[in-house]
Amino acid sequence: MALLEVRDLTVTFQRKGSAPFNAVDGVSFDVDPGQTVGLVGESGCGKSVTSLAIMGLLPKRGNRVGGTVSYEGTDLLTLSDRQMRDRRGRDLGMVFQDPLSSLNPVIPIGIQVTEVLERHRGMARKKAMVEAAGLLDKVGIPDPTRRLTEYPHQLSGGMRQRALIAIALAVQPRLLIADEPTTALDVTIQAQILALLKELVTDSGTALIMITHDLGVVAGLCDEVNVLYAGRVVEKAERHELFAQPRHPYTHGLLASIPRLDGARGERLNPIRGSVSDNIPWDTGCAFAPRCPNALEVCTQVTPPQEDIGGGRLLRCHNPVRPGTPAVEEVSV
Amino acid sequence: MMATLLNRKKKVDDLAETAGTSLAADAFRRMSRSPVAIVGAVLVAAFVLLAIFAPFLAPKDPFVRYPELVENLRAGFVPGPQPGFLLGSDELGRDFFSRLLVASQQSLVVGVGATIVGLVIGMTIGVAAGAFGGWVDTALMRFTDILLSVPSLLLAISIAALFSRGSQTTVIIAVAIVSVPIFARLLRGAMLAQRHSDHVLAATALGVKRSTIVFRHMLPNSLGPVIVQATLTLATSIIDAAALSFLGLGDPDPNRAEWGLMLSKSQTYFDVKPELAFYPAAAIIVVALGFTLLGESLRESLDPKNRR
Repeated sequence: MALLEVRDLTVTFQRKGSAPFNAVDGVSFDVDPGQTVGLVGESGCGKSVTSLAIMGLLPKRGNRVGGTVSYEGTDLLTLSDRQMRDRRGRDLGMVFQDPLSSLNPVIPIGIQVTEVLERHRGMARKKAMVEAAGLLDKVGIPDPTRRLTEYPHQLSGGMRQRALIAIALAVQPRLLIADEPTTALDVTIQAQILALLKELVTDSGTALIMITHDLGVVAGLCDEVNVLYAGRVVEKAERHELFAQPRHPYTHGLLASIPRLDGARGERLNPIRGSVSDNIPWDTGCAFAPRCPNALEVCTQVTPPQEDIGGGRLLRCHNPVRPGTPAVEEVSV
Repeated sequence: MMATLLNRKKKVDDLAETAGTSLAADAFRRMSRSPVAIVGAVLVAAFVLLAIFAPFLAPKDPFVRYPELVENLRAGFVPGPQPGFLLGSDELGRDFFSRLLVASQQSLVVGVGATIVGLVIGMTIGVAAGAFGGWVDTALMRFTDILLSVPSLLLAISIAALFSRGSQTTVIIAVAIVSVPIFARLLRGAMLAQRHSDHVLAATALGVKRSTIVFRHMLPNSLGPVIVQATLTLATSIIDAAALSFLGLGDPDPNRAEWGLMLSKSQTYFDVKPELAFYPAAAIIVVALGFTLLGESLRESLDPKNRR
């Protein structure tokens, strides 16, 4: 049985004076124990909102969350605030994007690590401090006992993110959600943090939901990938399949738009035209149609259904990219 | 291979560790270079030391009517400076200089007392409003709006007048209530900003209890503007307390040495001996100026926009 089953998750923003807006629109996916699942898409596609909805962290006011999120058979969306607080940190951990602003600037790192141990393990402060030093050591922070007494601004960006990972994994949750954990870090540190995450989830058997816009991260880490566009999953595939043979024009475009070091000099980048705001509502057709190079007339008239195309792959497209189409189209200069 | 990798990892981390200085350390450094802050700090320090040691510094007993001064008192004449009496007599034949010194104690007690009471009440309201939000927030903020809608001195006078007999405590209460809505609003605003900050979200995502989030994660990060305001409130509290005494709403004991009261008594003798008004007034102004300079420079140095 899957550890986490997300079914038809829908998040509707209802703001006074404007029409309700579905930020997440019927998203479904499973996470098995120990599995790493990627949620990929550009800004505004609903990936962060999905993670906040799973954690129950969306503000109550102005948001309506529908569908089910069952964690080992319990629907998290039906739990009370108190029950959900008991589960956060213990069953589900989360690592955020910006390591500096995610740490409390006015209290030492040590207190922030022990906090979660005291809360969920009922440990006394002294015992928790010893445990905390072990945790910092495990995430590769040198001289952990000294670091425990230091404040976030005294740590480098990479160390802060390591500390946050240590905090998120302190009580060994079975599911970790990482929301763009490397976006705020520079490239050398990014690689270290990804390697660390991979090592930790492999060692502890923690399942990981990786939210990212960076396909490089997906390639290095994820077993299964869900590509989101305008709040819906447009393509879902196992990692190698997705890279070898993207079927949705959006996935194809994402892969084609990555600049290549081995490309010819003077080669143009292949961006996807337009922006996320150039879309049509899903109920009138395919939201990606206005930007899609493969768009047909039917794309703006009929909503493409999600179809199983075999090999565990799901696709939502009227006119998918044919297998074998080169990832980078020739562009005449 | 592994060793070099680890070594390299460490180097990268060390390089990346060009840690900035903390806000507090940075603010202190900037304040110690600002002449305004230094003047303010010196004035405040002098005032506090003076207030604490006034009984030992005063050359004469401030509450005794000295015969050599009393016998020279006449209608329309108050003895001026003479040996042993640096600034001469007050209107009842007591040593004016000693009274001026000892009066600093009253100002310090009332100023600090009113600020602390105001801080405690104001912060309680601010924390409750910022932590609960919703109707609690609305109700508390409408209450502070009512307090804010009355001019501050008028409010202090009205509250002081509620008590049948004025005393130091009633002055402290009256002056404190004036500062309550300011502290409450400041703290509530800062708390609301913290509520949507990343680290509060991160703490929530760890299942941390709401009380811990409020008192460990939101409150300490919201105190900056409150500390600045408290320094400035010390100045206004001292002025307001003096004003209440001046208007006769303070402790009615005529023997008491207090700058506002001294100003009030000096009115009758303004033609004869204007110094009786001048010195207490100057003392109030200098002390208030000290706290204001200190508070303003504290505000400036804590302002992240000024960080370099």
